[in-house]
Parts: sequence; C-alpha cells; structure tokens
Amino acid sequence: MATVTFDHATRVYPGTERPAVDQLNLEIEDGEFLVLVGPSGCGKSTSLRMLAGLEDVNGGHIFIGDRDVTDVQPKDRDIAMVFQNYALYPHMSVADNMGFALKIAGTPKAEIRQRVEEAAKILDLTEYLDRKPKALSGGQRQRVAMGRAIVRQPQVFLMDEPLSNLDAKLRVQTRTQIASLQRRLGVTTVYVTHDQTEALTMGDRIAVLNHGVLQQVGTPREMYDRPNNVFVAGFIGSPAMNIGTFDVKEGVVKVGSADVPLERSIASGMTDADSGKVTLGFRPEALDVVPVGTPGSFDVEVNLVEELGSDAFVYGTLKGDTDLNLTAGETNQLIVRIDPRSVPDKGDVIAVSIQAGHSHVFSATTGERLG
Amino acid sequence: MKRAAVHVVLWGYAAVALLPLLIMVWNSFRSDQELVAEPLGLPVSPSFDAYQEAWVEASFSTYFLNSVLVTTASVVLSTAVSLLAAYALARSRSRLMGVIEQVFVSGLMMPVFLMIVPIFYLLDRVGLASTRTGLILVYAAVSIPFSVFVLSTFLRQLPVELEDAARIDGAGPLRTFWSVLLPLVRPAVATVVVFRFVPIWNDFFYPLILVRDRAQYTLPVGLTTFFGEYQTSWSTLFAGLVIATLPLVLLFLVATRQIVAGLTAGMGR
Repeated sequence: MATVTFDHATRVYPGTERPAVDQLNLEIEDGEFLVLVGPSGCGKSTSLRMLAGLEDVNGGHIFIGDRDVTDVQPKDRDIAMVFQNYALYPHMSVADNMGFALKIAGTPKAEIRQRVEEAAKILDLTEYLDRKPKALSGGQRQRVAMGRAIVRQPQVFLMDEPLSNLDAKLRVQTRTQIASLQRRLGVTTVYVTHDQTEALTMGDRIAVLNHGVLQQVGTPREMYDRPNNVFVAGFIGSPAMNIGTFDVKEGVVKVGSADVPLERSIASGMTDADSGKVTLGFRPEALDVVPVGTPGSFDVEVNLVEELGSDAFVYGTLKGDTDLNLTAGETNQLIVRIDPRSVPDKGDVIAVSIQAGHSHVFSATTGERLG
Repeated sequence: MKRAAVHVVLWGYAAVALLPLLIMVWNSFRSDQELVAEPLGLPVSPSFDAYQEAWVEASFSTYFLNSVLVTTASVVLSTAVSLLAAYALARSRSRLMGVIEQVFVSGLMMPVFLMIVPIFYLLDRVGLASTRTGLILVYAAVSIPFSVFVLSTFLRQLPVELEDAARIDGAGPLRTFWSVLLPLVRPAVATVVVFRFVPIWNDFFYPLILVRDRAQYTLPVGLTTFFGEYQTSWSTLFAGLVIATLPLVLLFLVATRQIVAGLTAGMGR
C-alpha cells in the first residue's frame, strides 16, 4: 500500500514543442481509486506510463510512498499494469501469463502456483488456467489481465482503459466488478479512461486533463457540482452541460428573453478583457419547463425529443440563437430534461427557466470559474 | 463441378512437378547399360552401386558434408544477425534507423553476378578465397536483406504493449526477446530459414567461382564432375542428384506447417 505523488512531472516527446504532460501535480492517497480522464491526446495515458516507468520524466519527480521513483526501472517500482489491449502473452497459458512476473522474480514454483490459483479464484478463472488467451472470450481475457496484476500484490495498480475493448453491456458489468475488487483489495489504483461515465461511477476522485494540463481534481460530486472551468463543465456529465457566452447588462445575464441575475461577488470577478460578457453553463436537469411568457424564462424550439423511460430530453435551439451560441457538448443543440409523461412535439416552442443557484458562471476570456 | 476442375488442374500440376523427381529416383537404381538401352524404364533389378560410387569414389561424402556445413552455418548466422537487426529496426523511430533499414533492403535489388568479382578480390585479400568459411560469410551476407525484410515486417505487427508488459513484469531486454518475442516470431523464422536454406543448398554460382579446391566443393559443384567431355556416368549422376535433393524434401516436410503459418500471419487475428 502506498501513496502516489506527481510533483511537477513533465513529459516532452522528442521533436515536439508542447509538453504531452505539463507540470502535473497530483497526490493520490493510500488505497484511493483515482481516475485520470480527458479527451484523446490529453496526456492521461502518458501520465500513467510515466508512473509505470515506461515513459521518461523530463522534469519534476514522481513518488510512490516516500520513494522517489523518477529514474527507477519499471520492475523495481512495485506496480502492476493492465493494458488497453491486455497485452497477454499469446504463447503462454493463462496460469503462465499470470505467473510470469513471479517466475522472473525467482519466486518458488509452489508459491507461484498458489498465488495464481488464489487470483484465479477471485476472478472466476480457475477452469481456464491451462488455456491459451486465444481460446478465451473478451471478458475472460480482461480478467486474466486483471489477474496478472493481482498476482503480483503490488503497491499500485495502473489501468489504461481496461474496459474499452468490451461491448457495452459487459463494460458496465465489469466496471462495478473492478471497482468492488479494488475496494476489497485496498490497493492504490490509478485508472485512465476517456469515458466520463466510467470516471464518475468508479473513482474515489477524478482528475481531468486537457492538453497535458491538469484541469481539476475532486470527488465525482465536486466535479459535477462545481466545475473549475468551462472545459471540466463541458466534459463531465452526460448529457453534457449547456454552455453559452452572453452579454451582462446591469448585473443580469441576457439569455434570450430571460434575465439571469448575476451575484455581485461573481460580477466583480469580471475583467475589462471580458468586454461585458460571461460564459454561462447550466445542466439539462437545472431547467424547469414553465408556461410560455413567464418572466425570467426563455423560449426553446424543440428539434427532437429523446425518451429514455425514466427521463426525457429535449434537443432544441434557443429562440433567436441563429449562430448556435448556447449548446451542450458536441451536439450543437440545447438540451433540456423534461418530465417523460408530458413531452412536447417536434417543432413546438417551450419556455424554460434556470433553477436558482444551478447555473455556473465562467470568465468569457479565460474560461475559469467566477465566484 | 468447379471443385473437380480445380482438382484436375492441381493434380496435373503435381504430376508434372513430381514426374522428373520419380524418374531421377528410378534411374538412380539402374545401371548405365540399362539407361542407355531404355532411358525411361523401371528399375527391373535395382542396385545401389550408383550410390556407392557417388558417395565413395566421387567423394560425395565430402561434398555432402561441405554442403551441410556451409548451408547450416550461413543460415544460422544470417538468421541470428537478421533477427536482432530486425528487432532494432522494427522498434526504432529514429530517422537514421530508417535509412539503415533501406540500406539493408536495397540489398534485395543487387544482382549477385555484379557482386562476384569484388567479392572474389575481397576474399582473396583476406585469405578466405576457396575456403568454406569464406563461402559461409558470403552466403550469410547475401541472406541478410531478405531475412531482415521479412522479420522486421513481422516484428512490427507485434503489439508494443507486449514488451511494455514484459518490462513491468521485470524482464530485461534479452529475456523479453527470448521468452516473449521469439516464440511469437517462430513462423517468420521458419519461413526465413527455409527460404534461405533452399537457394543456398542449391547454389552453384558462388562455389563455382570462389572455390578452387575440390575438397571444399559443395554438392551442386560436385555434380558437375560427372559430366565428362566424352562420357557421362548417368546412373551415378542420378544417385548424386537424389543425395542432393533428399535434405530439401525432408526440410519441407518438417517445416511446411510453420511456413504456412508464417506466410498467412496477420490474416485475421
């Protein structure tokens, strides 16, 4: 068991200007399940590989426990890694795959056998120990990859998108299995994914990266309720948060026909560079459908209604918003969660108002949270 | 119907390919007189005299040994060197290594007949002309382009994560190579070995030019000693041919499965 600390850890790939990971500072507690999440190319996998020792650290330090492992060989770091494509040795049986590290370390055969069998029991692999990886299903291979990590009883587990090769149903199932297994073993785990749902459901804490820079670290709740900047706001949450940039006049934000009051403490955070604009974000569920014409509401033209049974989502456009300023994620549309028992038709106009205290205000220039 | 047609074509081809081999084997059991009287007859009273003559009197035992030694040594040497080179080339991202790989592969385009004179002078200067060592080195060198080409292509298909995983599991570079990569490239190695073994075993040109001493002859050059200006000992020649062919047949029987695996590698996972 150990803590993991990134101290200004930086990685610059040869021949590139911009660091792949830029001055990463992150402290992971003993036994914690930390999820590194971000879009592809954000540096999350590089960070993990730096911790694994597969990638050089060009600046800063990495500690496991109190030990500076920055220049330590992977095998001496007391870590185990699960790869995205599992990287099982195709010519070895499941048992040999799981015991390979112990064999190299010179562990006595009887002990290897015992530890492999224990891990196989935990993962329901006992009857497959003599098979080759080729003869296993995707889910079983994934479990062998997990088993290979468990057998080593390391101080830290590293997982690099271990679920991305599974189909949707199995992914959800395995997600909970991994999370509960980690809780049971209590081993510090760093988990990389691009899927924010995985991050929210599995992690004790989440660290969001973008362009090699750490954006925010926090519990899933904190990340969802109080994103530090526009990027985190747009990345965490599904469906995504509605975000748009609006004029501020006399202390209110003009969203279509609606005036959204802006707290004085927030307004004071605006600078001249913002030229009287703020970026406003609100989640689909932070909107109430109200009768058309209600003061403080704005109109939404309905393009599509998505019914999920428990919920229904309206995909629409803010009335008069021709250049699509107010959108959620990549959809180019505004999303409103509505009561699934009274859904509007396509082409209808509905009025919605933002629930008090459920809007997020960001600087229009820097994207940082105001207030 | 279509299947039957394909079978007819294939069996026809097999017959055309096998018939000369059969005639060679039959005739090696017949005497010169029988051969002159009836060139394509069956061995009525089979005798091994021709083999004895070829093996003992025509010193085929020496040639055979030379061939085995030269071929095996050069194939082992070139495959070992090529494997290591191919691994480095497949895994390096540096531009210099790219250029080096092109130099290796450009050797594929070099006709041997252009190289023979410089090679002869080179060997002569270092005192290796007309030695088996010289022949081994030359064969190993000319094998490397093909072997590097095939092996590096194959090694590139192996996921890098396997090596990462081995590194984390605590395996050093040699251990990784030996325990993880080598078992996976076995089909490619088998392909390279067979595809180099056959032409080297059969090669007539290099030993003809580079070897002057009869005691160093390999089988193909040794066979020419049966062709006289005025008379040729046909039955001994056939026996010699059988001796020269047998190892290749054995090699193919042993390695066919591996070769097929090597040639079809990467087709589906």
